[in-house]
Amino acid sequence: MIFLRRQMPLLITLVTGLIFAAQYYVPHPASEQLLTSVTKWLQIIGGFALVLGVSSLFHVHAVKIRRKEAGWGYSVVLYVGMFITIVAGLGYSFNLGQWVSGKEQINGAMTTFGWIYSYMMVPLQGTMFAILAFFIASAAYRSFRARSREAAVLLVAAVIVMMGRVPLGEYVLPLSGDVSQWILNVLNASVRRAILIGVSLGVVALSFKIIFGLERSYLGGGKE
Amino acid sequence: MKRESPGVKGQHDWSVFVNVLLVCGLLVGSSSRSLAQEPLPPPKDFRVFDTPSDGGGSLTGIWPPAPYDLKEVRYQVLLSDGRDTSEPSTFKIVAEFPANTHYIRESKWPWWTRPAEREQHQFTLKHGKGVELKDGTAYHVALAVVSGDARTFTTVAQATPEPNWMNWNQINNLFLALLFGGIVFYAISVAKKREIFLRRIPGLDAVDEAIGRSTELGKPVLYLTGAHDMSDPSTIAAAVILGRVAKRAAAYETDLLVPHRDPITMAVCQEITKQAYLEAGKPDLFKEDANFFITTDQFSYTAAVDGIMLRKKPAANFFMGAYFAESLLLTETGASTGAIQIAGTDSDHQLPFFVTTCDYTLIGEELYAASAYLSREPIQVGTLRGQDIGKALILGVLTVGTVLATAGALLDAQWPQLFLDVFKDVK
Repeated sequence: MIFLRRQMPLLITLVTGLIFAAQYYVPHPASEQLLTSVTKWLQIIGGFALVLGVSSLFHVHAVKIRRKEAGWGYSVVLYVGMFITIVAGLGYSFNLGQWVSGKEQINGAMTTFGWIYSYMMVPLQGTMFAILAFFIASAAYRSFRARSREAAVLLVAAVIVMMGRVPLGEYVLPLSGDVSQWILNVLNASVRRAILIGVSLGVVALSFKIIFGLERSYLGGGKE
Repeated sequence: MKRESPGVKGQHDWSVFVNVLLVCGLLVGSSSRSLAQEPLPPPKDFRVFDTPSDGGGSLTGIWPPAPYDLKEVRYQVLLSDGRDTSEPSTFKIVAEFPANTHYIRESKWPWWTRPAEREQHQFTLKHGKGVELKDGTAYHVALAVVSGDARTFTTVAQATPEPNWMNWNQINNLFLALLFGGIVFYAISVAKKREIFLRRIPGLDAVDEAIGRSTELGKPVLYLTGAHDMSDPSTIAAAVILGRVAKRAAAYETDLLVPHRDPITMAVCQEITKQAYLEAGKPDLFKEDANFFITTDQFSYTAAVDGIMLRKKPAANFFMGAYFAESLLLTETGASTGAIQIAGTDSDHQLPFFVTTCDYTLIGEELYAASAYLSREPIQVGTLRGQDIGKALILGVLTVGTVLATAGALLDAQWPQLFLDVFKDVK
């Protein structure tokens, strides 16, 4: 049992880790074929895992409804919305009154599934993304108050970059274009590269630890 | 003595200038006409071979530079269609380019796999886009020099494309990875023998404080593992840190909420959380639905988590892993609820948002250092030391490279370029 829970996953990790590290250096079509096959396996596993995810979602919200927890009405909305979308996605169009095998449009007429996607999902996603502008404004207001030396530097740099990135700003403050470019290309780029070097080394070290079984927490912790 | 007026002198100067221009024009015209009309001798050492270190279906031709390597002269690469392999004029033209292009120095071959001198010409023929190159089949290739209407041909060369089992162009990468791996394992062995100093990371010191605050307020702890799946190292790092956070949460008997975007990550995190509760001696407090799936969609997930923040008001929010546009939507909402927020990400483009809205931010590699910092296990700490040695090496090379490049520019010398090319290829 311990072998199945511990050694077996570690062995699989070691073998596949080494094979796919080596695959990067092998240009032969057989190597490419191996990568393609494994990518397909991952997609299939991902498909099965989605069942796991959806069952978790149903379970969590069913418990909420059963216990009548605060906000249980939202869980009912989720159940209703999911049921309608699944039926529409599997192929029945309520407005056309026929099975349409999951298409978004039939002869120019929008199916229920297409309608849900175009007139509910897309606008809702767009709304969430649009809210970002207001969140940026409020976050910027809090950060750019020059309460410390670092915040003051941030404020000055931000103002210069903002001025330099829009035509009107550059017209009002002609030097801001060049200065903002310098800030972005020299200061910002060098710091980003430093972070990326650190991240890359961290990724390689973590990969080594996982492949050689030094890092096992992802299996559920423990050292046995 | 007749004195020439300035105007007459000016006229004289102009006529001389115009005559010189005419003569120059005639000379240039005649030379370019001769270049355009006279057949030029083709390169003598044209050779073709299977492109090394590739997946097959490719041939490479190499030939020496010629005195007529000008933009007016053109090279044509010719491939036999199999009917007449001895007469290049019947071959199909598969590429044509000015004679002053396609040098080996312009290619991406590093110095250890370069098939000839940098000044030689090269052209790589690849299967596809009207060119058929099957592995294991011999092909006849020739080169034509086109000057105006005149065309001259090299001798026909023969080669067979084959797939290779090793990409020697990337051997530098393997060498550096093995070197770094060696350093990491050496550092681990050192860490097992003696204690290694770790600098303070305030964001990780604050983990206890954040969970403690949640306990005092009787509010849950919210932990997010990022936008990617388990194949991403940042998600693995986030899952590893979750184990530590869950252990503390279990010890303090505080509720833990872990909403997920990926079902596989959810399954892995369930196991990690379960184990953490076992190790904390509180298996009865473990809840199966502490880890739950929401959706894979970016903004739907964001809206759901924002809703959880506003309804359940967790006292501590952890944002670990990779994030995109949702980062600010999540953290700004969290900040509005008054929660202690700790972020850790290697998504450098989102760092400004996390720094702005969170109380503590683990920047880049600190995310990967968290496991070592929290556990203090010699293996983990040794890995960190290995990373530091790797960084020191890179920093050293950067410094030497900067000095060499500056010296080359100041002294107008070519020798630093040789070293810089070596660095460039090995990187």
